Amino acid sequence: MGLRTGDASMLDERAALREITAALQESGKLTAPVTMDTRILQDLNFDSVGAIDFIMLLETRLDTIIPMDRMAEIETVGDLVRVLTRPDAAAA
Amino acid sequence: MLDKFRALRAEHAAVSAAGRDPFGVTFDAVLSATEAVLDGRRVLLLGTNNYLGLTFDPASIEASVAATRAQGTGTTGSRIANGTYDGHAALERRLARFLGRRSAMVFTTGYQANLGALSALAGRGDHLLLDADSHASIYDGARLAGAQVTRFRHNDPDDLRRRLRHLASQPGEKLIVVEGIYSMLGDTAPLREMVAAKREAGAWLLLDEAHSLGVLGENGRGLAEAEGVEPEIDFVVGTFSKSLGAIGGFLASDLDGFDALRLSARAYMFTASLPPSTVASVTQAIDAMEANPHLRDRLRRNGQQLHAGLAAAGFALGAMPSPIVSLPMPDRETAVMFWNHLLAEGVYANLALGPATPGGRPLLRMSVSAVLTPAQIEAAVTAIARVGRSLGLAGVPLAAE
Repeated sequence: MGLRTGDASMLDERAALREITAALQESGKLTAPVTMDTRILQDLNFDSVGAIDFIMLLETRLDTIIPMDRMAEIETVGDLVRVLTRPDAAAA
Repeated sequence: MLDKFRALRAEHAAVSAAGRDPFGVTFDAVLSATEAVLDGRRVLLLGTNNYLGLTFDPASIEASVAATRAQGTGTTGSRIANGTYDGHAALERRLARFLGRRSAMVFTTGYQANLGALSALAGRGDHLLLDADSHASIYDGARLAGAQVTRFRHNDPDDLRRRLRHLASQPGEKLIVVEGIYSMLGDTAPLREMVAAKREAGAWLLLDEAHSLGVLGENGRGLAEAEGVEPEIDFVVGTFSKSLGAIGGFLASDLDGFDALRLSARAYMFTASLPPSTVASVTQAIDAMEANPHLRDRLRRNGQQLHAGLAAAGFALGAMPSPIVSLPMPDRETAVMFWNHLLAEGVYANLALGPATPGGRPLLRMSVSAVLTPAQIEAAVTAIARVGRSLGLAGVPLAAE
């Protein structure tokens, strides 16, 4: 289950990583353990469209939003965790 | 400098290696709105967006020729310099009257209409909410806008609401952007629900009627007319390069102060204006569109015939019948093969590959025209079914053959 409204802004890194792992599982992309260094496009075998769809899935699970201009910062799972855990990351 | 395109070049070479280059088709001649010559052979055009077939409307051609003779081949200037002639102003008034709007401004292409409109309307501190399947011109306009950009799930008013809720406490205007008909699959926006979400949030709504102008609504004004929500649409964008058979784009609205956009939309200000020939043909084509509502009926029937024919041939089709019918392809290789085989059968369709397609899935995209005959559509269905069967894609008995 994803977190409820408002929880996203209080995510710590471990919880964010857990949610990312669960979302990867949901989208059938979890083939090996995910670390902060896992590269989203290369290691998880997403193309650019798939990666954006995955981010949308994550946004829904966490009931948050990640503005498109923040997407450019996201290369690794660690980058995604930071975007999710920084208070100004999502507009929640 | 061009090294970064190595992967793209390799991909393009792989797509072209299966036969013809799908993105480099050059017709020897275009014979009509429905037929062209390619390598000396006649082909049926089933991927043109020429919805009403007005590219060969005799009165539009005559108006275009007369305008060229009278005013020359081009304006050689932008709308805010020497590039506004009486025809440009008259076209804007004509368009506003047709749409029932107070104001309209004309851009040189539909792409530039979205670029200019979005970048001028949504500045720093504002918010743009885009449908995930938006056209590239909308995404590009959003990149130029300086506003914070949020995508919502395609045609999902609840996801839009959720995102508007998150943004509620943030300052700045919120502009939602949706399309009347989405170009890849031919599906329409659930506009009434989008309007409801907009009202609840106190947001603005821009509707791109590029593929729905002249196609939907009793008078051809588009999806907003068909859904009875025109007063709720704050901005309408559209193009002249589909149902009106030429090139150009527009932005229309009822808002006070609209003309400020003429001095702020850079895609309007810093490019040459439409040539007199195009302004004249588009003005005449609006008359033709208004005077010939039967074209819309024929377009609808043609879309239904193609949709029904392909469904009977065993193809899984997504969207409801519309002038756009797309066949989802299992993979890129099959899509390329299908496209080549179909062209060999004398039918030109569009090969659409990711990332331009929803979910990046390859599509064989077709669009009908009002001036296609039932016999032409039947022949196309037969050809598509034959190719589909040869590639193992049309699963059930081919009732259409």
